[in-house]
Amino acid sequence: MTPPTPSPAAPVEVADEDSAIPAKTTAAQGTESRSPGRLAWNRFKRDRTGVISAFVVIFFFVIGICAPLIAKLYGKDPYTTYGMNIPGLLNEFNFPVKPNGGIDGEYWFGIEPQLGRDVFTFLLYGIRNSLMIAAAATLLTTLLGVVVGITAGYLGGKTDYFVGRVIDILLAFPQTLFFIAFWPVVLAIFVSPEENTPVWLTVTSLIAVMTAFGWASIARLLRGEVLALREREFVEAAKVTGASPARIIFKELLPNLWTPILIQSTLLLPAYVTAEAGLAFLGVGLQDPTPDWGVMIQNGAKFYQDDITFMLFPGVSMVIFVVAFNLLGDSVRDALDPKTKR
Amino acid sequence: MSSTTPLLDVSGLTKHFPIKGGFPIRRTVGAVQAVDGLDFQVHEGESLGLVGESGCGKSTTGRLITRLLEPTAGKIVYRGRDITHADRKQLAPVRSEIQMIFQDPYASLNPRQTVGKIISGPMEINGIDPSGGREKRVRELLEIVGLNPEHYNRFPHEFSGGQRQRIGVARALALEPKLIVADEPVSALDVSIQAQVVNLLQKVQREMGIAFVFIAHDLAVVRHFSQRVAVMYLGKIVEIADRDDLYGSPRHPYTRALLSAVPEASVDTAPRDRIRLTGDVPSPISPPSGCRFRTRCWKATEKCASEAPPLARVEGDAAGHLTACHYPETEQTVPAPRLAKDPEAAA
Repeated sequence: MTPPTPSPAAPVEVADEDSAIPAKTTAAQGTESRSPGRLAWNRFKRDRTGVISAFVVIFFFVIGICAPLIAKLYGKDPYTTYGMNIPGLLNEFNFPVKPNGGIDGEYWFGIEPQLGRDVFTFLLYGIRNSLMIAAAATLLTTLLGVVVGITAGYLGGKTDYFVGRVIDILLAFPQTLFFIAFWPVVLAIFVSPEENTPVWLTVTSLIAVMTAFGWASIARLLRGEVLALREREFVEAAKVTGASPARIIFKELLPNLWTPILIQSTLLLPAYVTAEAGLAFLGVGLQDPTPDWGVMIQNGAKFYQDDITFMLFPGVSMVIFVVAFNLLGDSVRDALDPKTKR
Repeated sequence: MSSTTPLLDVSGLTKHFPIKGGFPIRRTVGAVQAVDGLDFQVHEGESLGLVGESGCGKSTTGRLITRLLEPTAGKIVYRGRDITHADRKQLAPVRSEIQMIFQDPYASLNPRQTVGKIISGPMEINGIDPSGGREKRVRELLEIVGLNPEHYNRFPHEFSGGQRQRIGVARALALEPKLIVADEPVSALDVSIQAQVVNLLQKVQREMGIAFVFIAHDLAVVRHFSQRVAVMYLGKIVEIADRDDLYGSPRHPYTRALLSAVPEASVDTAPRDRIRLTGDVPSPISPPSGCRFRTRCWKATEKCASEAPPLARVEGDAAGHLTACHYPETEQTVPAPRLAKDPEAAA
């Protein structure tokens, strides 16, 4: 029996005093207010998996940041070849004398075969370097992706079309293959093949190449989000009041984009950690004397038939880190975006 | 209608949305003629209602007046200043005087901003510093629209639809505008809340002397709110008149048909004539020649197909009652919309 038009003539005759009612009823609710961010934080705190993984992730970052301090307290460094310097640690085949990779009270995670470096400090510095590179690449990738994505989405038209095609090409590229093939070329531009490549150059070029290939997916995602958001009425409302494009982007759009940005970057970082380790393992990226997760796994792979210990420490620690970070990313998404059902 | 220079003078306003197509080179293959040659005026403190079916160009008109859209042709003059093609900088002085209230209270407030920020935003953009500070002014505005000033730090998701629309009204009032374009401000709201918001708008209009362009598809709400009413059909105004003239003696067949379709809550009165329009609204991509209503009009002749009727005064009508029809209705007393209920109409 409901009439097809939403409002019959009757309701407009309701008296004026009605307008006072909502003010009264809401007054009782108190003045405490919860922002969307606060609500997400509360949801996150209830998510046990998320909290535990957050602690694991924080633990890894603390270890990475404090690596020099820990190494100092522990009294060793990752470069000294203890096995070669101190007799009695390595046998005639250059393997640790003690079982399980030479684990004892002095060398907590054992010592490396051949060179006899301390595994514990090497792992600490490896975590430090890997996380530094991955974090820097994530930060740059996110920044570039956000800028390009928002610009393309907000401007639309030809800019959007052009950026869209660039993204298509980048996403169609076989990235790992490209790294292996292209990276020596990039290095050759800066350093002649005879010279040793300085570590800083390796690191910067790694970060640069990973960023160059990583921004496309974030940019595409944000472009879509901006396309949807810029048609919303609150953006029109800002335009009607005379807001500048900069204000609309930074004050109206960006706060609504933090959710996808945060989710994407938390999922990106562990991907970069594994990618960086994979490249180092393949011989692209950081090379042996520089401590790194991938370098350690590469070293471990040489000996795992005789002693799996050297593979175990970097392998297990990396798996724990990546799994924890991915779970954290999922929890962050669940907290920020509770409507998305998995 | 007392003042001679209107607040807003719209003439020949046209908006055609291009349709792109073709491969490999995309080009314009046609146009949606959303709004086609509108002429109307809004005087200071007056409320003009724009009614019509969905898709007749009401909202486009509202967005053209607030310059969210660029007109294809025609002229918009606000207080003697031509703002038809003004850019953002040129519009700046006018911006604070023309404000807008949106249809969807859930989409028109930024979910990441507090109510205080939403309402003080316009003042911030336009560099307005009221005495006592912006926060004090926001709290005043909240009180004016019937919300608790303590809600300053709350977020939109904590409010109901009606309350959100009040926030939208407060935001529009923040700049002390002379003209508010209200784009279906109540049609997304619950029927019981509609009345509250309409009454709030009416209070605002009366007390602050703000002119309104009130866009709605609900004839009852428009009758309640607007002093003048324009009926739109397929991008054109078919009839414009003072409220009582339009509702009392509609001249255009379409207006009559619209009025006769208003459902009536009363059961006791005698059954009324209900005009049933057959067919659909023609596509605005290729509107009918001549009078756009002719495909559904029961009076249409060959003249209607060949010649577009001008919007003109019909003999015997009050000044300002303009109708675009070759064969205007003559019957003076049309029992609408306070008519008896048609048993079929409610079904």
